Amino acid sequence: MASVIALSSPVRSRSTAATTESPAVRRLLIAVAVLFMAAFLVLPLAAVFYEALRKGLDVYLESFANADARAAIRLTLISAAIAVPLNLVFGIAAAWAIAKFEFTGKSFLITLIDLPFSVSPVIAGLVYVLMFGLHGWFGPWLQAHDIRIIFAVPGIVLATIFVTFPFVARELIPLMQEQGKEEEEAAVLLGAGGWQVLWRVTLPNVKWGLLYGVILCNARAMGEFGAVSVVSGHIRGLTNTIPLQVEILYNEYSFAASFALASLLSLLALVTVAAKSLLEWKIRRDQQIAIRESVA
Amino acid sequence: MKTLLLTRHSVLPGFGLAMGFTVVYLSLIVLIPLAGLFLKTASLSWPEIWDTVASPRALASYRLTFGASLIGASLNVVFGVIVAWVLVRYSFPGKRILDALVDLPFALPTAVAGITLASVYSENGWIGRYLAEIGIKVAYTPLGVVVALAFIGLPFVVRTVQPVLEDFEPELEEAAACLGASRLQTFLQVMLPAMVPAVVTGFALAFARAIGEYGSVIFIAGNIPMVSEITPLLIITKLEQYDYAGATALGATMLVVSFLLLLVINALQRWAWLRSTQR
Repeated sequence: MASVIALSSPVRSRSTAATTESPAVRRLLIAVAVLFMAAFLVLPLAAVFYEALRKGLDVYLESFANADARAAIRLTLISAAIAVPLNLVFGIAAAWAIAKFEFTGKSFLITLIDLPFSVSPVIAGLVYVLMFGLHGWFGPWLQAHDIRIIFAVPGIVLATIFVTFPFVARELIPLMQEQGKEEEEAAVLLGAGGWQVLWRVTLPNVKWGLLYGVILCNARAMGEFGAVSVVSGHIRGLTNTIPLQVEILYNEYSFAASFALASLLSLLALVTVAAKSLLEWKIRRDQQIAIRESVA
Repeated sequence: MKTLLLTRHSVLPGFGLAMGFTVVYLSLIVLIPLAGLFLKTASLSWPEIWDTVASPRALASYRLTFGASLIGASLNVVFGVIVAWVLVRYSFPGKRILDALVDLPFALPTAVAGITLASVYSENGWIGRYLAEIGIKVAYTPLGVVVALAFIGLPFVVRTVQPVLEDFEPELEEAAACLGASRLQTFLQVMLPAMVPAVVTGFALAFARAIGEYGSVIFIAGNIPMVSEITPLLIITKLEQYDYAGATALGATMLVVSFLLLLVINALQRWAWLRSTQR
């Protein structure tokens, strides 16, 4: 999983006549790849914007004036604003412990951090229903104290945290392991305190990876559907996030409004994908500068 | 904590705090809720669990979920390897955009993927209309589930195979060419064996993701019980009918499958890593 989401800095390979395919084969392979990507990625993406704008710009903009749509946007922003910083702090703490110290059970801990990746979002929602729902472990106690978690905002935030749990940690752990700990040790020997080392040495070294982790975590937090759908209860204007509102509108055949909201999330996805390319390019450039400096 | 986990002495501060926070947060958000699911399952009686888990409707949903995931992940292997190959080895206009777009299924919310795939592949959609002419119905059939899962899984294969192709030493290909191997022979006998661990890992990742997938599938599947209803949807249906026991039993079953797959994936990644360091 780490290899899938982590930023990479590839070295371009080169080929000669003996180690490449004939032009016909090459063209065929490129055509297959492009057609597959077009059918599965490009056309569906274009369709979001086409369906959203099909009935004109007025209808498109009107979709966002709707009170329920605004409430959904607000709730999505709130839950991301809680989930992302918490998972950011967790990611930094976990990466600090795992990358800078040796202890037994390290790879087991990494596996546990990866767990939410392999759990179905529906099950992520289900476990919270079983904990805090009316028939759950804490259900009677919560009801007695008039606290609502399931079918309310806290449940949505919890489910969002669960689903986006590993993103920052998984981005930072390999990066910080690669950095080693010599620089931090030097800083400590020169008299820096723990927080100073973190702020001045460690985080600046991994800033691009950290930024991408946050962007990806945010995209997933705002777009989460399955887990949130289980705990939300779909109360309009109260517990609907953007993806849930998209579903409701779609099922009511309000396609233009549904795709209008979906286009917001698609833009967010495009920004995320573009940010990844940009940050990879930046990392590659930083590495090249570092290599040149070390040679000189 | 330090003595318990046998830390080697380090001059860096903050291990106790970082580790403590990590373990507490991990337990509260992930471990305790997941354990709660198993505890709840343990409170059910065997016949209760068995009646849900082995009911015809549940069995049909497993067949669809696992079957479609298998086909989807296999499609990802075939096309993922081609896409990775083309992106690493050839240059053509628009390549960098294509490369960036590979991550789209990872960043695009599943509900958005679901509604747009349903519209593109429905009978009057951009692609569905041409498929309908030759008698293939995609949306609202089990085939639609395969399409959604093939969409979701693409980045996993491409992004695991890409680095292997990038690191592949051209000397090996040159040697094979010098020794008289054709391009196809070089690919099948020299390059493919080196790619196998990455391909298998990518397949397992795509498969694991596909099994739990919900959002992108339900819009295009049609969701007819016994025909096009995936297991995650069945869990939600049970919850909506207040059948908490049934939802719990099905959820625990799926969670066990996910854990087994996670073990397999970890073993595969270790294998791939060993293979890459041996050379």
